Amino acid sequence: MTGMTGNRAGEIKGWRMRRFESPWINPKLFWGAGLLLAVVALGIIGRVFWNLDLAFTGAAPLKLPPVGFENLRGQEGAWHHPIGTDGSGRDMLALIVIGAPNSLFVGLLASLIGMSLGIFLGFSAGFIGGRTDDIIRVLSDVMITIPPLLILVVVQSAWGDVSLTMMALLIAGFVWQSPTRLIRAQVLSMKQSGYVQMARLSGASTMHIMFREMLPNLVPYLFGSFIANVTTSIVTAVGLEVLGLGPQRIPTLGRTIYEAINAGALIQNLWWWWGIPTLLLGLMFIGLLLVNLGLDEVSNPRLRKL
Amino acid sequence: MGRIPRSYLLNRVVTLLLTVWIAATLIWIIPRLSPVDPADIMLGRMAAGAGAVENADQILERLKENFGLNDPLVIQYVKYIGNVVTFDFGLSTATFPTQVSTLIARALPWTVGLMLLSVVITFFIGNALGALMAWDRSPKLVRVAIPAAMVFTSIPPILSGLLLMWILAAKLRWFPLTGAYGLTVEPGWTWGFVQSVIHHGFLPALSIVIVTFGFWALGMRGLMITVQGEDYVTLAKAKGLRPRYILYRYMIRNAILPQITAFALKIGLLVAGQVLVERIFAYNGMGKLLYDAILDQDFPVIQGVSFVIILMTAVSVFLVDLVYPFVDPRIRHDGGDA
Repeated sequence: MTGMTGNRAGEIKGWRMRRFESPWINPKLFWGAGLLLAVVALGIIGRVFWNLDLAFTGAAPLKLPPVGFENLRGQEGAWHHPIGTDGSGRDMLALIVIGAPNSLFVGLLASLIGMSLGIFLGFSAGFIGGRTDDIIRVLSDVMITIPPLLILVVVQSAWGDVSLTMMALLIAGFVWQSPTRLIRAQVLSMKQSGYVQMARLSGASTMHIMFREMLPNLVPYLFGSFIANVTTSIVTAVGLEVLGLGPQRIPTLGRTIYEAINAGALIQNLWWWWGIPTLLLGLMFIGLLLVNLGLDEVSNPRLRKL
Repeated sequence: MGRIPRSYLLNRVVTLLLTVWIAATLIWIIPRLSPVDPADIMLGRMAAGAGAVENADQILERLKENFGLNDPLVIQYVKYIGNVVTFDFGLSTATFPTQVSTLIARALPWTVGLMLLSVVITFFIGNALGALMAWDRSPKLVRVAIPAAMVFTSIPPILSGLLLMWILAAKLRWFPLTGAYGLTVEPGWTWGFVQSVIHHGFLPALSIVIVTFGFWALGMRGLMITVQGEDYVTLAKAKGLRPRYILYRYMIRNAILPQITAFALKIGLLVAGQVLVERIFAYNGMGKLLYDAILDQDFPVIQGVSFVIILMTAVSVFLVDLVYPFVDPRIRHDGGDA
């Protein structure tokens, strides 16, 4: 793990931090969180101000361009559909208002469940040791090698349509390994530290030591690992959707891209159809990366420039 | 050399075997829990093709027998594991009497080729840029521009692929939009074919390279910063060696080795990313095979492709783990926990 954080050493240039400022107020965290909040805001504000019925097939004219552009048939964009419509007459704005928060939701839910599993297994392995540790360690070593996408392809092609929550649950089954390894390693080293020995000598219960004494110290690491897992989960979900799997009836960004590619949107120059979901996903991933780098600075004071 | 302790080797081999076994088992169990029956689907396709199918019940029975679906589950499982070990995944249901292994053997070289190419290119570009970012003599522009480009590392290659496809293939028409070689060229070891393959492979490779080099660059930079503080570098400088010589022979050489382990952790993600890139570019590899199989609900092919890709991943991780102690003599695997 030291390798991971060490890799980013000296990351920040040109940003001077005043000595006593809170590490939580750093520009990376700020911009990253801002981007993610913007996506959430799009979902919330859009639901209030935009007619979501336009996301149904045939609710609008086909293949209209965004305002200010013209499509191959010479039609101009109209304010009824400010960012255009797709090949089956769905309003793009309505699609992304519904789709963008869905992607974040899948990522957050999968990562949250994976994280909880990871905390539980990591603590068990590090604290109990022995046979339990062996089993958990080998299992996480094994599962970390298997690309989740490929198992999930088998799952979903066998089961057909899945709900958004179900997809998140399935992905969660593949994102517990790295938190488990991380926490196990940290717990092993913490077990030897003075305050844990002290707590144990004073008769604190295992549960108390694990969750009240040690867990708070792991929070910054957990945050970092959590965000990394959100990214992995969204990438996996989008991958499934682009392969035509995933939820079939709810608009998601990945599914919109899937439909666009299948309809030959690239050749027909319907760039808004695949481009807008792609752009949104790109912004989400950049936001997550920035948050992760920002959290690194919080948990690893050596990265901060004094 | 040759100092790999037996316990370490044993540990790695057991992990490899367990990985492959668990993956194979998951792939076997999951479709059996599902309500959909592959024989039904195949019959459905026949009905769709021919209008009506006579003796449907008998055909269904025969198909089930051929697929071995009438045996008890334990027997099916044992047979399946036996088949998987010999890379026999049965017959494709979409292109019926074709062996799944034949289809995979046809697609595999494309995937492996594309992957090797993009990995080698990224490894070189990424490490070179990372080294330059940390080097105290590199031009200022390099130090400012590269971190900005790093932002793209968080984007999966499918998104960069779409963007490149649109700009370089659909708009500028510099590269073909899809496929692994031109429709007019005959596959073979001719110059025209090789040219066509390179021309078609450029964009898929580029879309992977563009979003993965940053990972190496960031890692390399961190390692270079550590190496910079080492005594041997200070000594080399004091001796008055040329800065370039120090960079290559003293700094990069020492910093690059841990990058190899980082590689092992990334293989899984790389593979999954490439499957999707192949799908959007309709590149003749495993990704396209998998995608077509999903469209046709061709379970044997889906299972086969997934298994082979997972096997490839596990074996690559295993090999990296094994090779590493040879490459970096500083590393010693004393405990079982590496």
